Amino acid sequence: MWLTRPFRERSTRLFLGILLAALGLVTLLNLALPEGHPLHVSTYTVTLLGKYLSYALLAVAVDLVWGYLGILSLGHGAFFALGGYAMGMYLMRQIGDRGVYGDPVLPDFMVFLDWQSLPWYWHGFDMAAIAFLMVLLAPGLLALVFGFLAFRSRVTGVYLSIITQAMTFALMLAFFRNEMGFGGNNGLTDFRELLGFDLRSDATRLGLFLATGIALALGYVLCRAIVASKLGRVSVACRDAEARTRFLGYRVERVQLFVFVVSAMLAGVAGALYVPQVGIINPSEFSPIFSIEVVLWVALGGRATLYGAVIGALLVNYAKTVFTGVMPDAWLFALGGLFVLVTVFLPRGVAGLFAYRRRPAEDTQPTAKEASA
Amino acid sequence: MRMLQRLLPGLLCLCLLCSLPLAAQAQDESGQALLASLDADSYAEKGEAIEEIIESGDPRSRRWLEALLGGKLQRHKENGRFVVVVENRGRHWPVVDALSFEAAGEMSRRELDRVGINNALRGQLQGALAVLDLHAEAVEERRDAARALLGDIDASLVEPLQAVIDSEADGEVRHLLEQALAIHRLAQGDVAAVDALAGSLNSQVRAALTAASRSDDPTLAQAASAALADIEQKMRLNRGLETLYFGLSLGSVLVLAAIGLAITFGVMGVINMAHGELIMLGAYTTWAMQQLLPGQPGLALILAIPAGFLVSALAGVAIERGVIQFLKGRPLETLLATFGVSLILQQLVRTVISPQNRTVVTPDWLSGSLMLNEGLSLTLNRLYVLGFALVVFAGLMLVMRRTRLGLEVRAVTQNRGMARAMGIRATRVDILTFALGSGVAGLAGVALSQLTNVGPNLGQNYIIDSFMVVVFGGVGNLWGTLVAGLSLGVINQVLEPWAGAVLAKILVLVLIILFIQKRPRGLFPQKGRAAEG
Repeated sequence: MWLTRPFRERSTRLFLGILLAALGLVTLLNLALPEGHPLHVSTYTVTLLGKYLSYALLAVAVDLVWGYLGILSLGHGAFFALGGYAMGMYLMRQIGDRGVYGDPVLPDFMVFLDWQSLPWYWHGFDMAAIAFLMVLLAPGLLALVFGFLAFRSRVTGVYLSIITQAMTFALMLAFFRNEMGFGGNNGLTDFRELLGFDLRSDATRLGLFLATGIALALGYVLCRAIVASKLGRVSVACRDAEARTRFLGYRVERVQLFVFVVSAMLAGVAGALYVPQVGIINPSEFSPIFSIEVVLWVALGGRATLYGAVIGALLVNYAKTVFTGVMPDAWLFALGGLFVLVTVFLPRGVAGLFAYRRRPAEDTQPTAKEASA
Repeated sequence: MRMLQRLLPGLLCLCLLCSLPLAAQAQDESGQALLASLDADSYAEKGEAIEEIIESGDPRSRRWLEALLGGKLQRHKENGRFVVVVENRGRHWPVVDALSFEAAGEMSRRELDRVGINNALRGQLQGALAVLDLHAEAVEERRDAARALLGDIDASLVEPLQAVIDSEADGEVRHLLEQALAIHRLAQGDVAAVDALAGSLNSQVRAALTAASRSDDPTLAQAASAALADIEQKMRLNRGLETLYFGLSLGSVLVLAAIGLAITFGVMGVINMAHGELIMLGAYTTWAMQQLLPGQPGLALILAIPAGFLVSALAGVAIERGVIQFLKGRPLETLLATFGVSLILQQLVRTVISPQNRTVVTPDWLSGSLMLNEGLSLTLNRLYVLGFALVVFAGLMLVMRRTRLGLEVRAVTQNRGMARAMGIRATRVDILTFALGSGVAGLAGVALSQLTNVGPNLGQNYIIDSFMVVVFGGVGNLWGTLVAGLSLGVINQVLEPWAGAVLAKILVLVLIILFIQKRPRGLFPQKGRAAEG
């Protein structure tokens, strides 16, 4: 079956092995060792790692479209945030009457804005099943409509990048509006529990970390399976020579649409896992800068490798945590410098450094032709 | 003879100096007489004295009458000297001499006698003060005075105003005064007055007509309503023009921000995400010039135009040589790398200058507004920016169409290899083109410093809009950028009243996204071989 094919690849087995071992190790160090022990991993760190892992899943989603479909999406932050908002709405409804104003149905910000009843699109979000479905559907549908329009008219290359950026920018402006009913500037926050588990307890946080790790593993396998399937090969063909693939009789726009929607859904899942760990979702996740930053993670790790995206996400975010803690002013210099250095000197990213033993990977590296399309 | 010539001016001066105190003395005497007549016993005599003062044309009359109206004109009980009280609180009041208006120390309230007036005189004074300004020397002052009279006229003023109208030379003042009288007549129920008021956009006129349209007299009400409807129509037209103006102004800003991008992105195919920061550099150059030339904001602004161009052009060359030349033919990577540059530039400004916004002074000749009529005035700074944008656009068109550089740029864009084979140094053309595009971004920054806050985020706010404009207009087409920028500005302003600023912006973005689906190559797509690149 196509889904099991990735397990036969050595790189996938290696990646999954390392990931699962890391998950196990962190769990062990968190649970088994006492608090003062030098090797003890605090719950704070566990949550931080969980956040990195959700970013890594987002990076895998971006790598799927950029690395294997040749679409540089500067709007994946929008799908991430939509998934996050779907989860956030569920968590808001779970607060119930424990909010500041104690309204059993309306979230605090709606009471504050003097709203009388729940907007229609908030209904159903008190049920986990519907909310989790929306985590997939909201970004998926947006990607479907957006992608359908774009790919049908053969908008590609730079144009597509710019309009994806415009999309996330427009969404950011929209979500900043209080009238939208998503908490405006402040977003959704003050969450209490998820599926009945207290979000502030250590056990829930560890559980969320593990869930994110497993989601990353599953997402990785799914992407690998797509890439290794026949569809994935057509997708790579679209990336390298779109016109030729079309002339060979493949429906390029359908392949593009499928991969784009899957990627958007993965980004949505990443956002949904991100929100309960961070405890807030606000419109800043829609900002174009965040989306471009995600692309940098992928570029740094190595495009069209999937595991490179994970490495890049972890490296950059770890660096960000360290830098913003030690010297906050220098972070933007470092990030900007990374953008320049990686694109100029490390076109194949960190993963490219490891891949010397393999054939010069023309098959996984996009050619210049695609880029100029 | 020569000696005399040299001495003559000196002698003349001497004569003048001698005569000055004499003149002042004469003034003092007549002034004292006028004031003394004001202090007459009966109110009737006081009324005549007021008339006399107005007719005297004495430059101090306004201040005297105002002081009299405010009860501040007082006479010293013992020496009969007239003073104006500056502040009548406490026991000792600071006063100024009523003739010379020089400070005359403090006087006790016991020493002073107020020149009293009654209500009739108060009315006469108010009217007299209103008419007084109509005798001013400067036409502008007379116009202002006449405008102030609209809707502020009672029966007592009708006659003096009629006299003023007859002697007034300036047509506009006459017109305003006639309107003022017409408003008064309208309030009395005169139907003919409606004709005199028709078509005026003044708010007082509209208020008077609105009141008249509700009157019991059906003919008057009907005539007033008709005139009002006519005025409403005119107002709508004005509002439309105003929206168009604001739209064009916003559009000109977009054009300025995007036109440099149209060169680097449209012509060279380089995605420069640091374009916004080049704009920011131009704005900061303006600020720096004003710091270097304190007290001369206008001169600094004019000098900032070439300086901003140079600073941004040099920064552009640095970006081209340092980053972009290594990424030829890889536009998506260029996008990422230049985005990195933009982050560095932003942080550089935050670290070196300040994370806070800087104030750029607007020179006098840029502030204020141009009043076209009562309902429509154009702010000058926006008008200048609109003109500036058009000049920059025309300049760029000239460079691209009429100079050797423009020819070479177009040649390299269309076929790099062939152009090089013809002896064009492609690398040099790359650098110059990028410098040109970046320099224009600097010019945009200079202009923007007059309209928005100058801060580290200035560029970020414009980068997405700029790309939208270029893509909407059609990549590689400067005319497209102009049309796209101006029309997006107007569309935005048209949507704003009923959708709100943020929603209007969202709608415009969505419109562009949909438009690109329909016409992936913009409003004016390139045709032929150039389009294949």
